[in-house]
Amino acid sequence: MMYFSRLKTALILGACLLGVLFSVPNLMPAPSRWVPWRAIHLGLDLRGGSYLLLEVDMAAVIKERLDSLADGARQGLRRAGVPRFVVTPQAAQNRVMIRIEDQTKQDAALEAVKALATTSTSGITQRPDLDFESTPGQILITLSAPALVDRATNAVQQSIEIVRRRIDETGVVDPIITRQGESRIVVQLPGIEDPNRIKELLGKTARMTFRLTDETANVASPVPPPGVDFLPLEGRNGGGKIAVRRRIEVDGANLTDARAGQNNQTGEWVVNFTFDSVGTRRFAEVSRNNVGHPFAIVLDDKVISAPNIREPITGGRGQISGSFDARSATDLAVLLRAGALPAPLTVVEERSVGPELGADAIRAGAIALAAGFVMVMIYMAVFYGLFGWMANAALLVNLVMMVAVLSLLEATLTLPGMAGMLLTLGMAVDANILINERIREEVLNGRTPLNAMETGFKRAFSTIIDSNATAFLSHVMLFVFGSGPVKGFAVTITVGIATSLFTATMFARLLMVRWYATNRPAALPV
Amino acid sequence: MFIRPLFRIVRDDTKIRFMNGRHMGLIVSAVLSIASLILFFHPGLHLGIDFSGGIIMEIRTQGPADFVKIRASLGNQGIREPGVQRFGEDSSVLIRLGAQPNEAATQVVVNKVRAAVEEAQPGAKIVRTDAVGASVSAELFRDGMLALGISLLMILVYIWFRFEWQFAVGAVVTLILDVTKAIGFLVVTRFEFDLVMVGAILTIIGYSTNDKVVVYDRMRENLRKYKTMPLRELIDLSINETLGRTLGTSMTVFLAALPLALFGGSSLSGFAWVMLFGIVVGTSSSIFIAAPILLFLGEHRLRRDMAPVATPKAAG
Repeated sequence: MMYFSRLKTALILGACLLGVLFSVPNLMPAPSRWVPWRAIHLGLDLRGGSYLLLEVDMAAVIKERLDSLADGARQGLRRAGVPRFVVTPQAAQNRVMIRIEDQTKQDAALEAVKALATTSTSGITQRPDLDFESTPGQILITLSAPALVDRATNAVQQSIEIVRRRIDETGVVDPIITRQGESRIVVQLPGIEDPNRIKELLGKTARMTFRLTDETANVASPVPPPGVDFLPLEGRNGGGKIAVRRRIEVDGANLTDARAGQNNQTGEWVVNFTFDSVGTRRFAEVSRNNVGHPFAIVLDDKVISAPNIREPITGGRGQISGSFDARSATDLAVLLRAGALPAPLTVVEERSVGPELGADAIRAGAIALAAGFVMVMIYMAVFYGLFGWMANAALLVNLVMMVAVLSLLEATLTLPGMAGMLLTLGMAVDANILINERIREEVLNGRTPLNAMETGFKRAFSTIIDSNATAFLSHVMLFVFGSGPVKGFAVTITVGIATSLFTATMFARLLMVRWYATNRPAALPV
Repeated sequence: MFIRPLFRIVRDDTKIRFMNGRHMGLIVSAVLSIASLILFFHPGLHLGIDFSGGIIMEIRTQGPADFVKIRASLGNQGIREPGVQRFGEDSSVLIRLGAQPNEAATQVVVNKVRAAVEEAQPGAKIVRTDAVGASVSAELFRDGMLALGISLLMILVYIWFRFEWQFAVGAVVTLILDVTKAIGFLVVTRFEFDLVMVGAILTIIGYSTNDKVVVYDRMRENLRKYKTMPLRELIDLSINETLGRTLGTSMTVFLAALPLALFGGSSLSGFAWVMLFGIVVGTSSSIFIAAPILLFLGEHRLRRDMAPVATPKAAG
């Protein structure tokens, strides 16, 4: 145990040197793009920024699917010549219920709705996404469980993409957007102190549709006629409702571009948009057939404008003028360019920290870290003398190694993480204390210096392993189950425990052996 | 200071008969833990925003804050029962609101507070916003408790695997006693119980186990070494032999955590105080609780296969 071959010595010193090398990226910026430069990230609680946890509204995703199923079923039944039927989407049971009066048409009806099923390709087995259940006079179409999971996964994937596009448009530097759990999205925005604008941008589904209005309907009547919605009109005049047909003529998904601009004549803010080829063709067709009638531009169930069609619009370009100012026009353009979210997003957790508060936290943490470090070192020197100084050297190396490993992992240093670092330093010397106390005991038992050191290390080693293993395990659990800044705490402590094993048992031992070999003392200073 | 140690914490010939005080130790510990349990149910933990849900916003105003004005404009925004308090300096204000019925409402209220602050103290900066919805806080709480529970279980299994079962039971019972006391301490001091505190308690558990393992390790070694020594004397001997190390490690961790408690800033000082308390409790429980439990559990069993001891067998 007390003999180090040249190779082993070189390996230990090499590891320490690597530790120093890998810590350097934290002190200076990368000299060139080609040098691998991994550093510890500062958590949002230290550098300032916003953390948003968004929840995708799965109920809305399912409801939309059921609504479109119900529409499909109605059309299918009509085409199949089934007279008098009632189609009701039942969101709570994930199904659509169809009642048919004429039971002789049951088979024809079932045939018609079965065409609605598509095969989902989740996993290896392919199976239809719908389950059909037919009893006389009634057909139930239920969304199958795997189809639901599929839909949820797609909705979250799509939402992440849209969220990323919308945030990129705002020019936030280095946003991190990740999925969490089944229906959540984590958005981290470094340097953003007030995430309000982003929350506003993400809070809108931004589904834009172009629809015709129903000029015959009376908006004062309590119930709209079939196929028509009464939608509120946004604008300066405020209030008011417009009868808009449900049928979507052109969808916002057919836009290729949208830019905020100012109208040449009036100077008011507008959003100019361009359709893709499909949108251009459809819009041309609709406008040709409805010259002189108004059409409605609907955004998230609100009419932003309902201009009259003066002439057929065939160029695929258009302009939305509502009651915009510079910012709202820009925001709408951003939303239209990024595309619509498949379902509404809700902010379920928000944590924002301003940079000055983060700087205060860093200062407080650094003072505490330095003070704790110095106190531990003085303690070790006073109570363990020379071997205590060796433990202190090992402690310094441990700090460097910890920083190196955290940099390699590109771990995030949070405020609790700094606390973790400090505690680790306090606990790391535990191994040295164990060893020193053991060596002292062996000396008192009458062993020679070399023999005492040898036995001390050997006997203390299994104790060190046992005592560190349990602490290690409980912090791994904290990492698995914790979230946010606490994860940073768990990471620093687990890394610190691992590196302290190396520094206390290898580096400190190497120092002792070198010291013994050069001085050959008759008695150990314990 | 440079070569020889200046002091020793315990003299080499220390022979304190700890086991004489075993009943006393257990009774004091039990009373403290039961008191902590009562405190846990009434008045209960002061749950932090992570676990209770709600909103905390920290504001820095230009010049001293006008609390009356802030409260008034919060009231104008229709916010009921806001907790508005000074936070350190005169220009620092903490606004605290309870959990809202749903996530959307939480965001609406956050915006209202922003508007109210802007109205009451133009130019004030909102330096921190924490808003946690009800469903998220319930999950965070569940995950935190899971982390605690599974850690205890893993420690039980690990020690069982490495030692005899009496050691494992002794360690886990002691840990549970330690944790209940830490929770009692949290109730008394009104520190907020949040995820960081779960981290603190897990660290206490890790640290306390570490301490117990060292003492147990020595007992196991001595069980092999002194085959005829009565368990009670043997436990006393083991504690005395490891006393220097036990106190030494406690001191270093204590010294490391102390500056954090004193200058660590508002968010870390609570954590550090709980750690300091946990270190004291964990160290004393290694001596006064974990060892006596072992004495009760192991009086006959740990010795059974070794007695009668006449033949000098080589120890492992």
